[in-house]
This record gives sequence, C-alpha cells and structure tokens, in this order.
Amino acid sequence: MGTPESQSVLITDSTLRDGNHAISHRLGVSDIADYCRFADAAKVPIVEIGHGNGLGASSLQVGLSAVDDLVMFETAKRNLSTSKLGIHVIPGFATIERDLKPALNAGVDVVRVASHCTEADITERHIGYCREQGKTVFGVLMMSHMAEIGVLCEEAKKMEVYGAEAVIIMDSSGTYLPGDVTERITRLRNSLGVPVGFHAHNNLGMAIANSVAAIAAGASLVDGSIRGFGAGAGNAQLEVLVAVLERMGIRTGIDLYKILDAGDMAQERFIEELPVIKSLSIVSGLAGVFSGFVKPVIRICADWGVDPRDVFFELGRRRAVAGQEDLILDVVKEMKGKGSNHE
Amino acid sequence: MNSRPYKVAVLGTGNIGTDLLLKIQRSELLECVAFVGRSFASAGMAKARSLGVFCSDQSIDYFRTTTQKIDLVFDATSAKDHAVHAPVFRELGIRAIDLTPAKIGSMCVPAVNLSECLDEWNINMVTCGGQASIPLAWAIGQTQDQIDYLEVVSSIASKSAGPATRLNLDEYIQTTEKGLKLLSGATRTKAILVLNPAVPCIDMQTTVFAKVKSPNLDSLKDVVAKIVSKIQAYVPGYRVVLGPIVDNDRITIMVRVRGIGDYLPEYAGNLDIINCAAIAMAEEYAKVEHGHT
Repeated sequence: MGTPESQSVLITDSTLRDGNHAISHRLGVSDIADYCRFADAAKVPIVEIGHGNGLGASSLQVGLSAVDDLVMFETAKRNLSTSKLGIHVIPGFATIERDLKPALNAGVDVVRVASHCTEADITERHIGYCREQGKTVFGVLMMSHMAEIGVLCEEAKKMEVYGAEAVIIMDSSGTYLPGDVTERITRLRNSLGVPVGFHAHNNLGMAIANSVAAIAAGASLVDGSIRGFGAGAGNAQLEVLVAVLERMGIRTGIDLYKILDAGDMAQERFIEELPVIKSLSIVSGLAGVFSGFVKPVIRICADWGVDPRDVFFELGRRRAVAGQEDLILDVVKEMKGKGSNHE
Repeated sequence: MNSRPYKVAVLGTGNIGTDLLLKIQRSELLECVAFVGRSFASAGMAKARSLGVFCSDQSIDYFRTTTQKIDLVFDATSAKDHAVHAPVFRELGIRAIDLTPAKIGSMCVPAVNLSECLDEWNINMVTCGGQASIPLAWAIGQTQDQIDYLEVVSSIASKSAGPATRLNLDEYIQTTEKGLKLLSGATRTKAILVLNPAVPCIDMQTTVFAKVKSPNLDSLKDVVAKIVSKIQAYVPGYRVVLGPIVDNDRITIMVRVRGIGDYLPEYAGNLDIINCAAIAMAEEYAKVEHGHT
C-alpha cells in the first residue's frame, strides 16, 4: 500500500441499511432519495441500501420494511451518479431467483453476501452467482466475536475461494475492544489474499476506536453510518470516521463538508432519535447479543413485564444469532413462567 | 390376510439414508431388502453391513437389474439425482418416497394429507421445516377466515446441516413456501432458515406466524392440539413450546423437535422429523397394500 501518506480505505456508508434497524425498517422513499443525493455529492464510495437484515429480509420475524426492496434500489439508483449502490444479502433470507436476480437487474453494483461467522459455506452459491453476473462481491462474517480466530480465518478463506473480492468482519454486538480487533484483522490479513474489512457497533463506545485499530492492523475497508444511525447503540459515526481518517492522513475520497451536510440533513429528516449508548445496548454488547434485538426485546418485555436486561443475558447464554428474534418470546415466556409464583 | 413384510429399499447412504435404515429395522411392517449407494466405503454402508442388510454400490442400476421384489424405495440422494431416478422407479412399478427437494411427486405431510397420498407413485416429503410447520399452517387455514400472510422461521443446529443442505438453502425456501401455500390456503408465504452453531447443539425450533383478518384462538387451540397429537404419533420428539397466542397482531405458534437419536444425534430433530414422516407413509402403504392392521 506504499507510504502511510498514500494509504486509503474504502468506505461503505451503511446509513440506509443498518440505520433501518433503528427505526424498525421504516425508512421511506423520500428519505432514501434525499440521503442518496447528499452521499453522492459527498463522493461516498458505496451507499448500502435495504432492510436492516438485508435483501429479502422484510418479515414478521425481523420486521417489515416500509418500502419494497426494489423500490428502494430504484430510488437509490436514480439519485446516485458516482457512488455505487450496495446491498447486504443473507442466504436463508434471500434467494437468488426471488430476490437477487431482480436486485441486480435494478442496478445494484456491490453485493455483500453475509452469514453468521461460522457458516460461510451457505454463501457459496450467492457469491458465485453475483460474480458470474459481473458484480463486485464482498463476503461478510456477522457476529464475528462468536468464533475463535482460527475458525474466523477458515470461514473467511472459504468466502475468498467462492469468489469474494474482500472479506468484512462485523462486530454485530459491539463487543470488541481495540485489542480484539487488532488481533483478528492481523490474523485475517495473514490468511487471506484479498482485502479485509471491518464493521463496527458502538455498544461499548468503541466503534471509532475499533475502526482505527482495524485500519492500523491493515483493514482496507471500513463501514460507517451517518450520526452512527444503526442497530442498537449504532455504528461507527461516518462523519467522525472521515474526520479522524483525515487527521491520520488516510484518504477516503469523501468530502468532509458535504458529509457533514448529509449528517445535518439526515438528523433533521429521518433520524428520529440520535443514537446514544443506552443501558440495554451496554447489556447487549456485554452479553454478545445482536444489536438489532433491542427493539423487539423492549416491546416484548414491556408486554410481559420482564426485565429486558435479564432477557439479553439469557439470549447470550443461549448463544442466539441474528435472525433468531423468535427466541426472545420464548425466553420471556420462560422467565415469566419462573416468576409466576408471585402472581 | 397377507402379512408378508413390505419390501423397501433405501437409495442414498448418507446420514438421512442410514437413519432411515435404522427406523426401518425397528418397524414391524417394513423389511429393508437393499441399501444402495455409490461406494461400499461410506460410513452408512458399514453400518448397514454390520446389521446384515444387503448392500449394493450400483446406485440406480441396482434397481434396473435386480430380481429382488421391491415394493417401495426411499430416495435420499439429491434433487438432481431424484429427477433421473423418478421415471425409472415408475417404470419398474416401485413406489418412491422422495426426501430431496425435487418436488416431482405430490407434497406429503402425513398429519395433513396422508390419505390423499395413498394412490400416488411418487410422493415428496417437502422439507424438515415444512414437516414441522405445515400441520400448524393447515390448522390456521382450517380455523381462520382468511390468512393474509404466513411466515415460518426454522432454526437448526449447524452440525445438523450437511453440505447438501447448505448448498441448497434456496431450494429449501422455495419448497417450504410451496408446501405451505398448497396445504394452508395462504396466498403469500415466506420461509426463513437460520443455522445456529451453539454448542451444545440446539434442538430444531420452528415458529409459525400468521396475519389473519380476525384471529379465532379458541377453535385454533383445539385443532392444533388434535394435529399435534397426530404428529406425535410418528414424531415423538415434537412439542409445542409456545402458543397459539396473538402477539403484536399476529398468531404465533412455536414448536421444538428433538430427534429419536437413531443414527443422527437427538438435536437433529430437523432430520428426524422428515425421516419419521417418510416411515409413517411407508407403513401406511404397507397397511393398505398388504392388509396389515
């Protein structure tokens, strides 16, 4: 990569995908159109769009989208000129025929095919299909704190073999401290022939620090979200990341003033509540439970009168993975049953 | 009454095929006359030999050339292979129970449509998630005015999902959604599959969500109770862990399936349920055709 002065990282803006978790997937067409125009003006390299859990994930299990996938992509496409349109795809939710084919036809440029950190082999066909179609394809390992580093490297290697042009690990629960990130990115860099990326969550206040640690360890892709707008405590705050990288002398290609403008606009338009690290996000980070669980946990615990903190720790003990939101009701019911003697 | 055993064969000697073999060995109505695959070296073949079961490595050619009378075959190969096998079995007059997602024959879930499948030469056992959820979806269809939308989420232990399952998640989803539509009457269905690598392994868990006009829980509870006891007659480890309840404007029923632990471990309830359903159908054919009672 040459001297530090010439170092650059590729930023994916996950505001319009991960941010959808923060407002129960209610981003509207005009929110998408407006934000895409601002992000495009700021020269954000990749703008990720969709339901929080990605393509084809609108469901009772993880929440219904306000807008159809294809409408979202067509809207984004119309409002992006230089920024690329990216999507998040989890096999098991999205199929090639029903979801991926139409999405690619709608003009998606970058496909990030994701699986739980130990299940990379479910991504083989989706990655292969997108490569055949000439799209840029990255592999994503979600909930990466749940795998031993050796396993994480093996799974990442599988994605590389399937055709992924980079592999990104997600700290989906916001559990990592910078040292954890340094160790993982270093090992991944040594095991892979393709670039490595990092996607941070801020449950323990480490999103920016962890992104910096990832870059220092050789990650060349990082994700950010405007105002940190994302699941639970939110993501690495994009405009802060851009500023920090500018201070570090690392090029992102993003125009600082214009990304600040995008933040002001987004805050006014669709960020209903600025992400702060609330009590439950701290608990979910400690318990290692997917940040996106926080909204359904709050709702179900309020209905049943159970302490949501206990529910998070129990979900962590059961090693719940993203997509298992139905377990929340099961855990709550069990806890309610145990406490029912008091009634 | 004629009570000679109903002669069955298993094609495919992987985990599913070998587990089926052990279930056939326990059945009073079925006799396994051949365990057929491509390689004598497979673990399944070794197991079959240790049980004294005749083995062949000639795959579909075994059926073409054998003089052994075979009433029924369980096909536990792959969807692609079953497409080749199906016409051969039909020509030979061998009934086929298809455990792949080939969807060539009628979709069969014993608790729901057992009697309608008795005249078929080829039946398809849908998917594990289908076997677990379709009876509940059917119960919803029987008791609610109109299902606007039906969704099924299954979580299974990573260790219970072999390479074929992992490569065929799309087929799993398509087949499960088709079966749900067909047997519940819902026009819009969605199936989701989640693999969980937790150790110790999780039991298969399936949740059915339904959006209906105005939920009628009383009649649904009765019908669910009845159909669950029907399923338990052939899948002992099937139990309702939650519901039916109305949560957040949707009907929710959650079941967990623990396997019998024949060849596959007990947590692989997903594999057990489809095999139990296949055995239940084979026994039904045996009863009808051979007058077993």
